[in-house]
Amino acid sequence: MAAKAATSTFQPDLVGRATVDAFKKLNPAALMRSPVIFVTEIVAMVVTILFVRDVVAGNPLLFTGQIMAWLWFTVLFANFAEAIAEGRGRAQAASLRQARTDTVAKRLADRTDRSSVRPISALDLKIGDHVLVETGDLVPGDGEIVEGIASVNEAAVTGESAPVIREAGGDRSAVTGGTTVVSDWLIVRITAAPGSSFLDRMIALVEGAERQKTPNELALTILLVGMTLIFLIAVVTLTGLSAYAGAAVSVPILIALLVTLIPTTIGGLLSAIGIAGMDRLIRHNVLAMSGKAVEASGDVDTLLLDKTGTITFGNRMASEFVAVEGMSAVEMAEIAVEASLADETAEGRSILVLARDRFGIALPDAPRPGATFIPFSAATRLSGVDLTSKTIRKGSIDAIRKFVRETAGHEVAEPRAFTQAVERIARSGGTPLGLAENGRFIGVIHLKDVVKPDIKERFAELRRMGIRTVMVTGDNPVTAAAIASEAGVDDFIAEATPQDKLNYIRNEQRQGRLVAMCGDGTNDAPALAQADVGVAMQTGTQAAREAGNMVDLDSDPTKLIEIVGIGKQLLMTRGSLTTFSIANDVAKYFAIIPALFIAAIPELDVLNVMGLSTPESAILSAVIFNALVIVALIPLALTGVPYRALDAATVLRRNLLVYGLGGILVPFIGIKLIDVVVSFLSLA
Amino acid sequence: MTVVGWLQILVILAAVVAFAMPLGAFMSKVFQGERNVLTPVLGPVERSFHRLAGIDPGKEQSWLGYALAMLAFNAAGFLILYLLLRAQGLLPFNPQGFAGLSPDLAFNTAVSFVTNTNWQAYGGETTMSHLSQMAGLTVQNFLSAATGIALAVALVRAFARSGAQTVGNFFTDVIRATLYVLLPLAVVTGLAQVAMGTPQTLEASATVETLEGGEQTLALGPVASQIAIKQIGTNGGGFFNVNAAHPYENPSPLSNALTIWQMLVVSIALVFAFGRLIGDKRQAVAILSVMALLLVAGIGVAYWAEAAGTPILASAGLDPAGGNMEGKEVRFGLAASAMFAAVTTGLSDGAVNSMHGSFTPLGGMVPMVLIMLGEILPGGVGAGLYGMLLIAIITVFVAGLMVGRTPEYLGKKIEAKEMKMAILAILILPTAILGFSAVSAVLPAALSGLGNAGPHGLSEIYYAYSSATGNNGSAFGGLAANSPWWNTTLGLAMLLGRFAYIVPMMAIAGSLVAKPKLAPSAGTFPTHGPLFAGLLAGIILILGGLQFFPALALGPIAEQVQMLGGKTF
Repeated sequence: MAAKAATSTFQPDLVGRATVDAFKKLNPAALMRSPVIFVTEIVAMVVTILFVRDVVAGNPLLFTGQIMAWLWFTVLFANFAEAIAEGRGRAQAASLRQARTDTVAKRLADRTDRSSVRPISALDLKIGDHVLVETGDLVPGDGEIVEGIASVNEAAVTGESAPVIREAGGDRSAVTGGTTVVSDWLIVRITAAPGSSFLDRMIALVEGAERQKTPNELALTILLVGMTLIFLIAVVTLTGLSAYAGAAVSVPILIALLVTLIPTTIGGLLSAIGIAGMDRLIRHNVLAMSGKAVEASGDVDTLLLDKTGTITFGNRMASEFVAVEGMSAVEMAEIAVEASLADETAEGRSILVLARDRFGIALPDAPRPGATFIPFSAATRLSGVDLTSKTIRKGSIDAIRKFVRETAGHEVAEPRAFTQAVERIARSGGTPLGLAENGRFIGVIHLKDVVKPDIKERFAELRRMGIRTVMVTGDNPVTAAAIASEAGVDDFIAEATPQDKLNYIRNEQRQGRLVAMCGDGTNDAPALAQADVGVAMQTGTQAAREAGNMVDLDSDPTKLIEIVGIGKQLLMTRGSLTTFSIANDVAKYFAIIPALFIAAIPELDVLNVMGLSTPESAILSAVIFNALVIVALIPLALTGVPYRALDAATVLRRNLLVYGLGGILVPFIGIKLIDVVVSFLSLA
Repeated sequence: MTVVGWLQILVILAAVVAFAMPLGAFMSKVFQGERNVLTPVLGPVERSFHRLAGIDPGKEQSWLGYALAMLAFNAAGFLILYLLLRAQGLLPFNPQGFAGLSPDLAFNTAVSFVTNTNWQAYGGETTMSHLSQMAGLTVQNFLSAATGIALAVALVRAFARSGAQTVGNFFTDVIRATLYVLLPLAVVTGLAQVAMGTPQTLEASATVETLEGGEQTLALGPVASQIAIKQIGTNGGGFFNVNAAHPYENPSPLSNALTIWQMLVVSIALVFAFGRLIGDKRQAVAILSVMALLLVAGIGVAYWAEAAGTPILASAGLDPAGGNMEGKEVRFGLAASAMFAAVTTGLSDGAVNSMHGSFTPLGGMVPMVLIMLGEILPGGVGAGLYGMLLIAIITVFVAGLMVGRTPEYLGKKIEAKEMKMAILAILILPTAILGFSAVSAVLPAALSGLGNAGPHGLSEIYYAYSSATGNNGSAFGGLAANSPWWNTTLGLAMLLGRFAYIVPMMAIAGSLVAKPKLAPSAGTFPTHGPLFAGLLAGIILILGGLQFFPALALGPIAEQVQMLGGKTF
């Protein structure tokens, strides 16, 4: 996981700015976005007016003054929570802005002159620019080849790790941004402007002013408004009922009751939770186009995962040496090492690793003197080494057959072991790589996709959470099935065309499932758009990025699993704090109700289960608790509740115990403690 | 409390569940228009009704069409009943020659019966002609119950269907509810009541000679036919003023058991039908267990409080073991009275076999709280189910996020639109109950109707508005409610409690029916099993408690703690 370390919750410079912002946010017009806190501010104003009246009239001020102060603190604490979340989000976005200008494009001043290279950031390329792309370079953007032929690894687009040939002219002239040239060179005319507006959109999602409420946030706000109205009715009607009972209650105390009952905790932390969720995404280098997409990622039932890079390592690796008759595997391995010593491709390196691990062959630091390394080329589809005494080549079976025939100068009978190995490896879904020395066949190297070591556990984890994993691959069904069972996915789509993906997604959705996928090719665009959560790779095409609702700047398809976790954690945090906030009210009633009526109905003291010292202290303690709990929960709102991959029933039981039962019990203890302090300091 | 007392309670509840299960299966067939046991007999009748009314049962309505049809149907029912009551003096079947009702009483009574409340500001045997009882009140007993059932079925369809536009045909549902469910049950159980001694006659009264040689006039009438449906349809409006405490309405412990059974059976059966209609019986079991848990808890508290009696009775030299028998019929005793009180209020029935105002403050708070919790334990026919589903939606919304998914219930996403409507609906209860109560608590015109001072007087006010808003209809006793203020405001409370709740509920149905039904997975918030049941019960108690605790603290709670100190009002 490429997550950057979280900024510590209360960094001094962030706190300073957030404190200032907390006061700025007192502007009622801005505060109306958060109705519960808005109501708190209105009633705080009312108490302030009553306080001023008391000052003028010379009435006792201590109690009303303290109530007033703590009501304002409640509003400020809520504002502070939002401000600090925004500050952290801004800090992340700013560091992101610096980090993203990484890919350097070799722009050509003169399209016909390969030496006129002027390096430029890939993000600054314009349509019509010509760039040179050489071996090992990332293609900086979508474009059209105007000159050259090269083999290009398009695994990032197609999921297929075998390189393909791209050349100027004809229907294989398009290259896709993010693909890698593995041999030769190309001159490409850029046809799509890299979008850079994602970041700006992302910044808008973490900053209060432009932040739109996400759908679930909106629905939750409606619930909070409803709760506020209910308590408004309960408190306002209490005036008539208490008048009947001869226990009339003063306005500041009714307001104190109202503010402690309305869900100020979740109301104050709601936007901070949302911003922190976005922030967590940015820390994973993922940009979301909307808050809705982040919520949807928590709902995902089915994950479409590309095989290459997610389930298997991006490149195929050597897993076996099959020597021809009359030769041992060790001898063959030594020859293979000789041919691969200077081979920088992943396949080449994997051959060295296998030879060392399997046969303990010591790898020299440098190739033998006098050796000429022949790199892989798309035209010959061979690589190898020329030594003084011999010529070694490895490559595709057809190319090796041709090499043996041409080197020997006549047809050479193919050893049976060679032919059988080629057939067996192909049947098992692997890729056979031929090895030959001078005019004779040496053996076959088995290249296969290697499943990432920890991926099976990840999938089991997802399954526990009720999420199905589907492997998408361009491989044939035999290969796909082999890898699917090895990786433990629930289903796979072999020889997947973009249309197959789209159909699969539609079918899942028809069965009532929400689907997430990642992709980056233009032909992925319809599927990305159809999926409920579509993550486009930063290296992907513009069309893909526009069709998806998130962009992964690391272009790491495994990220999808993390994104689901972030979405779930965001929703869990919201739900847990809502439950906590509502559960808190039980204790507050037991603090305030006896305090309200004890003068008129002394027998109601039986409800004072906390044994609070005086009615004033009880009311003040409840108000103080109500304000402080917001501050106490800011770190939880920002980091999110602990998240583990478990099934819903277990998660619910755990969170209910902590935030439901805890929400009922904590305020009983908290209010009692505050009451002890308040009466010790003789504040009420 | 005694073992026999609890045994009585449990046997009746078991008998309800035993019959409600097959009845629920039967109802799910009826409302899907499938062939059922009664089709050979009632099929032709149903078809002729449809033909006569020009209704095509295959032509379904959108939520709005359904709601408008319901409103029009009920408005017409109200108008006819109002005119009938006003004009009863001019109409036949009036052997006692009763005059027409005053405008405010006729309004109150018509609203009361159309809304399935059956609040009775009148005394039946001294106000209503036989025609008013039979063609007015009894007819609305059927139709208001059928309306409730139809609405619940419409909401259940919204959960069951995926990406649909319509929720059913209101008229077809009302016809089927009446014909297949209410009518057969009312006829059969009505005859059973006749067998147990309840009169069914068009005569006005019988004059008998008492043991002391005096002469007594006993009011008679078509009693059995009305009280059967009054219970089956959870209406609760008695033929006689003292309702099921009257020996002709409820002659014996056996008829009392039958009456309680009648009240519960359709509401419980609807929950089973719900399970079948959505194709997941576990969901119905969860809902039912919450209803049962809280109802039995209510019965338990009331029974305990009444059996404990009061220190005042003990200090007056009465045996404390007898409990508090004030206002209760000796032929029923403590257990059956406490159970009746809890069931009739848990159900929005409103029939009474004892005077709730004479319970101990705590015992009397039980029926009051059961109404305040929303008439969903298990609630009136239909209304209880849709009310409970609405609370389940809110529960899922509050707690559902905790599993890391946006909330969904029965495969339907709960979003801003549903929340808005659910909040509109649940705001009705505190607005009407607390709002009207607060005004009445300081209004001399209202206070003059109170029978008692102090917290008990406040309880009378709470109870009246709770009963009206919750469409329950039972009275606490002590309150003289037949005055323009009480008749009018209680009438408004009944209308709000019924229709201001139904319209947003139907809007939710309309929104849900159009949504795709999502498939459950291990990641889905589980809405079956004990965990959800406990959560739902918790939300019901906390939501209700938070709204009404301050008010209750000044009423029954204050009265209870003061009573323990020997103070009465």
